[in-house]
Amino acid sequence: MEILSGGDILIRALRDAGVEHLWGYPGGAALHIYDAIFRQEEVNHILVRHEQAAVHAADGYARSSGKVGAVLVTSGPGATNAITGIATAYMDSIPMVIISGQVTQDKIGDDAFQETDMMGISRPIVKHSFMVKRPEDIAETIAKAFYIAASGRPGPVVVDVPKDITDPNIKVAYKYPEKVKIRSYQPTTKGHSGQIKRAVKQLLAAKKPVIYAGGGVIMAEASEQLTRLAKLLNYPVTNTLMGLGCFPGSDRQFVGMLGMHGTFEANTAMHYADVILAVGARFDDRVTNTPSKFCPEATIIHIDIDPTSISKTVPADIPIVGSCDAVLDEMIAQIEEGDKKPDQKALSAWWQQIDEWRNRHGLYTASRYGESSGSLIKPQDVIKMLHKVTNGKAYVCSDVGQHQMFAAQYYLFDKPRQWINSGGLGTMGFGLPAAMGVKMAHPDADVAVVTGEGSIQMCIQELSSCTQHQLPVKIITLNNQALGMVKQWQDMQYGSRYSHILYEDSLPDFIKLAEAYGHVGMKVTSFDDLESKMRECFAMKDRTVFMDIYVDPSEHVYPMHVAPNGAMKDLWLSKTERT
Amino acid sequence: MKRIISILMENEPGALSRVVGLFAQRGYNIDTLTVAPTEDQTLSRLTLTTHGNEKIIEQITKQLNKLVDVVKVIDLTDGAHIERELMLLKVKAGGAQRAEVKRTVDIFRGQIVDVSSTGYTVQITGQSSKLDAFIAALPESDIVEVARTGISGLSRGEKSLRL
Repeated sequence: MEILSGGDILIRALRDAGVEHLWGYPGGAALHIYDAIFRQEEVNHILVRHEQAAVHAADGYARSSGKVGAVLVTSGPGATNAITGIATAYMDSIPMVIISGQVTQDKIGDDAFQETDMMGISRPIVKHSFMVKRPEDIAETIAKAFYIAASGRPGPVVVDVPKDITDPNIKVAYKYPEKVKIRSYQPTTKGHSGQIKRAVKQLLAAKKPVIYAGGGVIMAEASEQLTRLAKLLNYPVTNTLMGLGCFPGSDRQFVGMLGMHGTFEANTAMHYADVILAVGARFDDRVTNTPSKFCPEATIIHIDIDPTSISKTVPADIPIVGSCDAVLDEMIAQIEEGDKKPDQKALSAWWQQIDEWRNRHGLYTASRYGESSGSLIKPQDVIKMLHKVTNGKAYVCSDVGQHQMFAAQYYLFDKPRQWINSGGLGTMGFGLPAAMGVKMAHPDADVAVVTGEGSIQMCIQELSSCTQHQLPVKIITLNNQALGMVKQWQDMQYGSRYSHILYEDSLPDFIKLAEAYGHVGMKVTSFDDLESKMRECFAMKDRTVFMDIYVDPSEHVYPMHVAPNGAMKDLWLSKTERT
Repeated sequence: MKRIISILMENEPGALSRVVGLFAQRGYNIDTLTVAPTEDQTLSRLTLTTHGNEKIIEQITKQLNKLVDVVKVIDLTDGAHIERELMLLKVKAGGAQRAEVKRTVDIFRGQIVDVSSTGYTVQITGQSSKLDAFIAALPESDIVEVARTGISGLSRGEKSLRL
């Protein structure tokens, strides 16, 4: 058995937990750990420019690869800067382990330099957290942290490491545990067979069914099962913002995203559905609109690995606690083995109705939004162009705002893990660092950041990390010269009183800024240049490119739920038209 | 509706703050709280009382179960159970009052555990309503200080909360 210092043990344990890339930023309390990193080559450390970006990058890596992201920050400001990233990962159930340095144990509680109570500050936004108190406990704690982060409903786990336990002069035996067992933590994976039987019966008896699938399907690697089930039954599928890609976006059975900015056909079908199969989705307030008016005629079957998600906002008629893949497997087996088939006549009438909705107000109906021409570039058309230029195969990392909704609506994601966005917390500044993580996981793939001139400035310092670590991501900025989503709300609900959403000619020259970091900058002000410039951008495989695209500043995102007190079907379809 | 929830959890630093934090974070109420290690020193038993409609209570028990440090959760009010609370109360008892206070303590089957020239310290155990009734039986101006433990409880019969 090897005898190592705590710092060396920590890095060895990360390696043995499967960590290839560790995103971080050094500082006093983490110095012993950074020295251990220096003396080895197996764990690749990536220096960022701000701890928030380290967490988002590990997050993007985790979302796009399915592996656990890993982060190392120092105590005090290092730890607090990581908080927004951790909260982002927590809201979207992303598996991640965050190691934070801490002051030495004899100083804890003394308001020491760069001391902060990381266990306390992070408590509401972590799946679990540990403070390690002895070098002997490091390996086991790391093993537990990775197990907790990745199993059940995944989430971020913080490991707070006081400086004295990584002291190079104190050495102890190192052994990475082969197995982890935690008596108080045993997540359920297999669903209750009786409940599944009831669910299948209900599902097959449906006349107006909708499958409502969320991020849990992607987390559980259950896209294949979900697609098989949907095909087997020929039922319509809608995805949540987090679920996009878990069912092919270009498939005829896909009725689009649902919720606040979901399609007319998805929201209307949900409202009139008689059976809703919710899979790995959590009836978020951005989905349901007013819960008491949510889908009045529907029997709700809800599959989720987390019992707290079931009947939290909308009561489930048939709850099934279990992993989406295991439960869907069992459902498919029962349907295939049984004699009962869906009511074809009812189903065909339902599809006819849905197609009528789709043709009436769908995203692709001719006059859904105005036409781009000359200097008028519609943001929706930029996303469609991105889809065309990347053959629908890019990883699309989004920031938060109108551009995020346009990307969710118009880039039809055919594969899970292709769409990377901060859905739950809605963190501006997420896109660029997340894309760095995605690029690290998929060096040969096209990785696009869909952003706005507002969001991109929240983590723009990471352009420097892209240079240092050769992360050639493509930044597609929908520049509408305002904080567009806030502006839309101010237009709709505050009499167009534009409170603090304009920059008053203070926007930087993004082209020069990109060039200052050693990247390529491109400005697009004419729709006629969009395709050629975007093709040029993606042809530069080894360069980070910043495309500054001037889009129609007056555009709103539609459809949009009528709120407050609206139902799923109550939508604004344009500035003047509503259901 | 009042609920008594008992939790068996790891006797680890921070475990209590996760439970208490959960209630604050999600806007649930804690009316009373009592916690101590069990006969197995690696485990603590925490008993709290809360109130809310059925939906809220269901979420509370689910959310508590989700905490990694929590081993088991039981809602004692779901079945027959025994609940007790202990109260220490300092009361003025001088001159003519002295005998009257003593009589009241006897009626409630309390014990006088400390005596001074001006008053008594009374220990009284029972359901919370009994403790409330005892307080109500004393003249308000005579009560000097009250310390209550909060409710602790066990299920009746063979049902138990253990590993």
